[in-house]
Amino acid sequence: MSTGVLCLIIVMLGIAGYVLGQRRAVASAAGDIRKLHSLPAFYGRITFLMAAVPALLLVVIWMLVQPVIIEQRALSLLVASDIPAGSSPQLVIADVHRLADGLTRIEATGGDTTALAKDPAKLKAALAAAGVVMGHDPTPSTIAAAEATRGMARVSGVWLAVLALVLVVTGGGWALSRIVPTYRARNATEQFAMVLLIAASLIAVLTTVGIVLSLLSETLHFFRLYPAQNFFFSTVWNPKFGGGSDLGIWPLVWGTLYVSVISLLVAVPIGLMSAIYLAEYASKRTRSWVKPAIEVLAGIPTIVYGLFALTTVGPMLRDWIAQPLGFGNSASSVMTAGLVMGIMVIPFVSSLSDDIINAVPQSLRDGSLGLGATPSETIRQVVLPAALPGIVGAVLLAASRAIGETMIVVMGAGAAAKLSLNPFEAMTTVTVKIVSQLTGDTEFGSPETLVAFALGLTLFTFTLCLNIIALVIVRKYREQYE
Amino acid sequence: MSASLLTQDPRTRARNATERRFQAYGRVAIFLALAALVWLLVAIFTQGLPAFKQTFLTFPVTLDAAVLDKSGHGNPVEMAKVSTIGYGKLLAASLSAEIAAKGIDTGGMADKDVGALISEESAATLRDMVLSKPGLLGQTIPFTALANGRIDGFFKGRVTMETAKLDKNTSPEKLVLAGKLQDAGILTVTLNGGFLTRPDASDKRPEAAGLGVAIIGSLYMMFVVLVLALPIGVAASVYLEEFAPKNALTDLIEVNIANLAAVPSIVYGILGLSIFINFGGLPRSAPIVGGLVLTLMTLPRIIIPTRAALKAVPPSIRDAALGIGASKLQTVSHHVLPLAMPGILTGTIIGLAQALGETAPLLLIGMVAFVRDFPGAPPSGLLDPASALPVQIYNWTQRGDPGFVERASGAIIVLLVFLIAMNTVAIVLRRKYERRW
Repeated sequence: MSTGVLCLIIVMLGIAGYVLGQRRAVASAAGDIRKLHSLPAFYGRITFLMAAVPALLLVVIWMLVQPVIIEQRALSLLVASDIPAGSSPQLVIADVHRLADGLTRIEATGGDTTALAKDPAKLKAALAAAGVVMGHDPTPSTIAAAEATRGMARVSGVWLAVLALVLVVTGGGWALSRIVPTYRARNATEQFAMVLLIAASLIAVLTTVGIVLSLLSETLHFFRLYPAQNFFFSTVWNPKFGGGSDLGIWPLVWGTLYVSVISLLVAVPIGLMSAIYLAEYASKRTRSWVKPAIEVLAGIPTIVYGLFALTTVGPMLRDWIAQPLGFGNSASSVMTAGLVMGIMVIPFVSSLSDDIINAVPQSLRDGSLGLGATPSETIRQVVLPAALPGIVGAVLLAASRAIGETMIVVMGAGAAAKLSLNPFEAMTTVTVKIVSQLTGDTEFGSPETLVAFALGLTLFTFTLCLNIIALVIVRKYREQYE
Repeated sequence: MSASLLTQDPRTRARNATERRFQAYGRVAIFLALAALVWLLVAIFTQGLPAFKQTFLTFPVTLDAAVLDKSGHGNPVEMAKVSTIGYGKLLAASLSAEIAAKGIDTGGMADKDVGALISEESAATLRDMVLSKPGLLGQTIPFTALANGRIDGFFKGRVTMETAKLDKNTSPEKLVLAGKLQDAGILTVTLNGGFLTRPDASDKRPEAAGLGVAIIGSLYMMFVVLVLALPIGVAASVYLEEFAPKNALTDLIEVNIANLAAVPSIVYGILGLSIFINFGGLPRSAPIVGGLVLTLMTLPRIIIPTRAALKAVPPSIRDAALGIGASKLQTVSHHVLPLAMPGILTGTIIGLAQALGETAPLLLIGMVAFVRDFPGAPPSGLLDPASALPVQIYNWTQRGDPGFVERASGAIIVLLVFLIAMNTVAIVLRRKYERRW
């Protein structure tokens, strides 16, 4: 029985429980619902919740735990010779899964799997005919492991169905047995609902925990294979297929910071000046269309900026500036990525600065203008200093956005890890290397792949710090005038 | 000091000039920002619009049974032995015959060179057609073939006589012939519906590449995000806004949500890779994994506007409901939530639009793989490999043939149309249903 069908059955039984609960409540009050503590529907609801929710939870937990247990069992059946040199148990397990999948397919087309299992050569041919390609030839122990996983999956499916149905019946039955006219069904339903609401809001916490744990565990794994001091203090980034790579983070950090600084050099003046103009000078009508138009820039997906950098800005910078002036002849460069990213970041600077400038009390402006200052003097000497912490916060948020940005640099900045000052040269960033190390062909357990997690952790920590500082600054400033 | 109020002294003049300069800086800044927007859109649209047009060749094809079914049994299994190369030759011969019949001078071009005008994909299309309907054998059917990418590029201005001279995949003679074919009505440039429905095509066949699989994959993912993120997001917001006591735990949750909204999207990709694929054992490239990752990413972006919408419902509504004996949960579910719904939906749609355009996390969970087969119907289809719109765009930009730049830009136009539609719905919802108290 597939899990989907099982869930459907559970929900159907729950609905049946709803009807039963409601009927039972009405019957217990002899049809006079005024005698009930709660409306009849609440008796139905609590029956539904008690019947369906625990069973569905069981299904979810089972789905999470089952693969782990089956894998442990399969691993225990493998012998040392099944894992060739240079391979890892994970790869062999993947093969075992493929083998199990193939056996199921062969069975579905009417093949005799017990006979095939005794003859690995024939089995391989049959698997190929069924469209399953194996990395290694099946050995008796891998076949045994595959059969064991299939058997366990089958048995576990049956057990899950039985246990879930037992839970539905006991939960529903228990809820039904408690229905008497004085039973506070509404309170019980609401308590149950409250638990679900709390669980929903805990998902945010779980996500953070998941991010931190997955990054940390794989990073530790990486540092066991590759010395941490080389990662943090080496200035060479040169991953190699066969091992012996240099994985120093500095060229990537340099590229990231260089691109981000250029993007901020573009975005901060433009964003800040537009915010000032919109907040202090523009008429209501101009403001009403210019502000949304600038914000459109924030709604455009980054892949669009990436393509723009790749096909328009990059070649243009190369042909008009870099080549004539002899700076190089690469279309992807720090300048390309920085410029395009600057365009993307403009609305982050301008929107937030606009809010902050608007939050500066009018009395400050009036005082300054009353003393005879021109509007621009007022802005520069009164409004901006008052808004400065908030603007710094906005710039920090924009910087964290720029550092974490991926697609523009993947498509615009290049892939060469270099420590160079020339902005027209291709350089690379932390995010580019996360993508290339995780989408490459290297095996998952190798330091060349795992380094992506260390890079991810670095990126996460860095942007988290920037965000927290920015939020604290913005919040503190807001409190001053409210 | 000049005594007149009517003439400005130098200092005032200087200050006024500074004032004018300052305002001019503001105007220039706004102009630059808007110019960048216009530049971006113009560049994408000029590159991408040709993708919606396509060059086709229409000519009768004689399906010679002696060539396509050597055994003569009409059995598709035996007929499958004839590869696409065989069908390609047949198409080339048929096109040559049609050209000769119309009396067009090819300049002594061989069948093979004439056949190079036709996309290799068309041979595969014809083969599938014949194999599924063996009854067509021996007949002469009208057939519309895709033109080769270079010929297509010629009619869109991407390929010129000069570039054709340097290109080993085409030649100026072929372009001249293509021009003659257009005059004779064999070759037409028409609307390219296949761009939206076809699957991706291989590196050398940009003319056949379409967005079908990517659009379906994106729709599946948006479905998963909507089904998961909306209820969870609303439940979390309701709890935090209406019920949560002020304590360390709720503070922690709030700080968390604020930070999650600003975590770089690629980090969610790493999370998806290690939790859903490596730990949970879900397949790579599957829309369900993409949907789950995007759900986690979108949740804080739904929670923040939802809480704002809940906050905007005046307390008097709650007091009235509580006053006539409703429980807190009834107050929220019967009164506060319905009143906040327009705001919630607006926030959700905008969150979905952001998720639709997100690329980086999907690269890490393997959505970048080359997928030609359409995923099955949900729910099991959610586990089939699929592509997604933004990833398909990225994929195309990584290919060598310049025809793919046009396709990628065209795909961006499709993506932008989806985004504009979603944002318009959000704005209309807000304008129409938002209430101010």
